[in-house]
Amino acid sequence: MRTISLSETSVREVNRQLHDQTAELAEAQWRITDPEGRHALACGLDQTLEVEIDGHAGYYCAGMNQKARVTINGMAGVGVAENMMSGQVRVKGNASQSAGATAHGGLLVVEGDASARCGISMKGVDIVVGGSVGHLSAFMGQAGRLVVCGDAGEALGDSIYEARLYVRGSVKSLGADCVEKAMRDEHLAELRDLLDAAGIDARAEDFRRYGSARELYNFKVDNADEY
Amino acid sequence: MCGIVGLYLKDPALEPRLGALFEPMLVSMADRGPDSAGFAVYGDEVGDGMLKFTLQNADPALDWDALVAGLTRDLDAAIDWFRNASAVVLKTRAAEADVRNWLADNAPDTRLMSVGRSIEILKGVGHPKLVADRFSLAQMHGSHIIGHTRMATESGVSMEGSHPFTTGEDLCLVHNGSLSNHNRLRLTLERAGIRFQTDNDSEVAAAYLSERMSRGETLTEALEAAIDDLDGFFTFTIGTRDGFAVLRDPIACKPAVLAETDAFVAMASEYRALAKLPGIAHARVWEPEPGRVYVWEHSTRASMQETGT
Repeated sequence: MRTISLSETSVREVNRQLHDQTAELAEAQWRITDPEGRHALACGLDQTLEVEIDGHAGYYCAGMNQKARVTINGMAGVGVAENMMSGQVRVKGNASQSAGATAHGGLLVVEGDASARCGISMKGVDIVVGGSVGHLSAFMGQAGRLVVCGDAGEALGDSIYEARLYVRGSVKSLGADCVEKAMRDEHLAELRDLLDAAGIDARAEDFRRYGSARELYNFKVDNADEY
Repeated sequence: MCGIVGLYLKDPALEPRLGALFEPMLVSMADRGPDSAGFAVYGDEVGDGMLKFTLQNADPALDWDALVAGLTRDLDAAIDWFRNASAVVLKTRAAEADVRNWLADNAPDTRLMSVGRSIEILKGVGHPKLVADRFSLAQMHGSHIIGHTRMATESGVSMEGSHPFTTGEDLCLVHNGSLSNHNRLRLTLERAGIRFQTDNDSEVAAAYLSERMSRGETLTEALEAAIDDLDGFFTFTIGTRDGFAVLRDPIACKPAVLAETDAFVAMASEYRALAKLPGIAHARVWEPEPGRVYVWEHSTRASMQETGT
């Protein structure tokens, strides 16, 4: 394992060393110390690296991740794992707004709470939040699964397409075109798999499922007067 | 953009280090606001019946001795005072209106920055590090402090346009965001007798809170009302004589992070600003919820009131 301190090495240099692993995977395990809330840590990784960030991270940590497993031993700022393609990002503390925004794949685990707009425009990512999520989570979600072990804020799943949302606690309000749906066996099975993958101890039977009513997909002539 | 920071001490043993702990917080937010900076420090409280006035004048050659002598003579009140770069702090039993009127008549270029028993506001144009150095921020003692680094949007880059804004005794506010109904609100508040020094939107927010609190509302009540009455984007940090509050608009357009230990509560636009605080590794660090009022007050030291809509 290689350890680099951000009090001695710049973010740009650390990211360059991680990107250099693309050509030759000489060092698979990395520990980054003293992050002190710096932005854009471990962004754009595209190899099977294990990266541990020892402390609190700033904005856009592990953005655009592919294949790598990034663990943040602290909180994450705005846009953690935004546009992730694959791999896994784990936040041991709380996450700020827009966690997993636009992400296409991989697994994002937030062990604490995630703030507003968690999974906004999610396009295939799986997100498991141990605590609660803020307002407008999964806004315009297109694909993927969002699991919330606590509560969800206002307008959950507003204008949602096909993402599937599982919430154990209360939902303050559902957004436009988001409805509660029956929890069938296949949903219980996929939820169990997601909780297992996230390492979170919770009973799938305690969750409710939400998704798109598919009323906003196409123009409806009944709405003509609105224009 | 702008950056805001605040540090509220729960452990009095840290009070001699307030400025030293806070300076790196302010300077780390220079990327978010390089135009100008300012801070309001609370401490060195004067006794009953007395007030502290912070004055500022950009002219380094200003004869402050003569100004204070004139004030003492004309108002017939003893004045204890000290100078800090382009500012002076007066401690006196003279009434606020008398000091204000005297300055308007005799020293119109000298600005009254703050009035209260505890507050001192120091601010100016320039990189936050220069502003901090100018006023020897790192040497300051006190119980709590809030600050701002500005990237101007709503009014010009000037000392007057920089934060914190105050419109009442010991109350001040720093703001990241922009208000859209400040002109209408300013007219209403002017009719209620509030005096404005600038055309800045954030000053209106400060005035809104002072006006409500002058009618007997608590800080918490005034902030709850602000959620409904202020239209726009805001993350506010507010200081009062013995209190510290944080409020974000219900949409949460502007960032904020809070950290709390047994020794302090700290607020910043970004976590970077908190990274050097003692014991931060074991602090509770979280993002304040939108539309929720967070208040800490020394009268209820170490306990927090949280309310929300």
